[in-house]
Amino acid sequence: MQIYLPIAEMSVNIFLILGLGGAVGLLSGLFGVGGGFLMTPLLIFIGVPPAVAVGTQAAQTVASSVSGVTAHMRRGNVDFMMGTVLTVGGFVGAGVGVWLFNVLKYAGHIDLTISLGYVIFLGVVGGFMLAESLPGVLKRRPAALALASRGPGRHMWMHGLPFKMRFRRSKLYVSAIVPLAIGFLVGLLVAMMGVGGGFLMVPAMIYLLGMPTQVVIGTSLFQITFVTAGTALLQATVNKSVDIVLALLLLVIGVVGAQIGARLSAKVKGEHLRTMLALMVLAVAIRLALDLVITPSDLFSLGGGDGS
Amino acid sequence: MPARAQDVPLVADLSNHLVAITTGFTGTDVLLFGATDGPGDIAVVVRGPAKDDVVREKRRFGPIWANSDSVTFRDVPSYYRVASSRPLEEFAPETLLSRYQIGLNAIRIIDANANATPGSAAESRKALLRLKTESNLYDQGLGAVTQMSNRLFRTELHFPANVPTGTYLVEVYLFREGQIASAEIVPLVISKVGVGAEIYDFAHGRFAFFYGLISVLLALAAGWTAGAVFRRV
Repeated sequence: MQIYLPIAEMSVNIFLILGLGGAVGLLSGLFGVGGGFLMTPLLIFIGVPPAVAVGTQAAQTVASSVSGVTAHMRRGNVDFMMGTVLTVGGFVGAGVGVWLFNVLKYAGHIDLTISLGYVIFLGVVGGFMLAESLPGVLKRRPAALALASRGPGRHMWMHGLPFKMRFRRSKLYVSAIVPLAIGFLVGLLVAMMGVGGGFLMVPAMIYLLGMPTQVVIGTSLFQITFVTAGTALLQATVNKSVDIVLALLLLVIGVVGAQIGARLSAKVKGEHLRTMLALMVLAVAIRLALDLVITPSDLFSLGGGDGS
Repeated sequence: MPARAQDVPLVADLSNHLVAITTGFTGTDVLLFGATDGPGDIAVVVRGPAKDDVVREKRRFGPIWANSDSVTFRDVPSYYRVASSRPLEEFAPETLLSRYQIGLNAIRIIDANANATPGSAAESRKALLRLKTESNLYDQGLGAVTQMSNRLFRTELHFPANVPTGTYLVEVYLFREGQIASAEIVPLVISKVGVGAEIYDFAHGRFAFFYGLISVLLALAAGWTAGAVFRRV
């Protein structure tokens, strides 16, 4: 059964979209990851224009993070002060990102930028995940623990920065520049690649800011919800690249998949699955990299002038 | 247009003057039919609305292939299809084909880049025609017009799923002894209808901001509801 996506301006098989959305949702529930970093490249693989894939994914990330943030808010695991500073940085980053996206689109380099961004991003993420899961599989001490045991308060250069702010919930007194910069980078990622950016933000909050781990996830979800919502709004207004039909399809099936995944994760052995996810992420990165390196069958391509 | 005989030598019409692209649209066929007042050859040209097109050429930068040179072409027909009762060159002289832009080789495409070298512009022109043909938007369907007892003729015009919207012109030419004896132009409108069209117009119109706002609110509501529903299960 074919369904017409009004903004992507293409017909797709509805079961293909539902299958992809469900599978990525299942994975995101299973591993507690956003899933956008897999969904965007998969959408591009099936022929959705990269701009639409990125814009739509931002809207979908709003949905997948909002239920998480409300759950964390009920448990008091959100540092609102920190979340607000991160969000302000995120909005600026998203604004710059959407503008840059538009410039690159008209210059004909947006596809390359997105692919290259994903090759680097997925390569690093997949590599880290593999490195972290392998010691567990091989019955060794996880690498992350060794890093975490160093604890906060080590970055002396950071404490010399001006504009210090007190973050009561995190029990921190640090310069606002650092969370603003982290938020900015995450906003840039959301706008350019359609990912939530949790992968970048969570480690940065733990290792760079030294935030207590129990407020990290809630606070990052708080920022992601607002920044992806702002980005989706900007992408829809500036680049006209949010396909609401595609977003709703992915969202409904993705939410169901995520819930099933979350339930399954309690029952199955995590480490082997983590290794598999890491390998899958690396496989997507390699596929994207090959497309960039292999001599294209056709050196010429159309489009980009009037957005067609 | 060339001289007409007193009696109309050529009449033509379409089975459908409006192609509606709905959510389930996977392409469609429109029947072109007509009659002539005697023997002659028929050439049909279908032209989609003119748009600007950019052709980009990839080059190797280190290990990576990236777009480098681009040529912009002005007023390129977004859709172009020729059908004729016999191969064009068998009944129509080159000069007429090029004057009326009948056939892929005769389409006039002007590049807008002042700095593009003639060589690269010619290469890009060829690439443009090839890419359009590959995406089923251009075609030279030879011998596709069937004639019956030298009076009636018909042809199926195919419009693929990716057909651009707008006003199309279907030009019908009657050739006799190397001359255009008569010609007729039938307009055809291809437009999106239904929910898909409403969404597209909303998203691309003046209220794009509100489209974005509604999208975000829908996403928020859906995520919230899902979370609430599954908490109780």
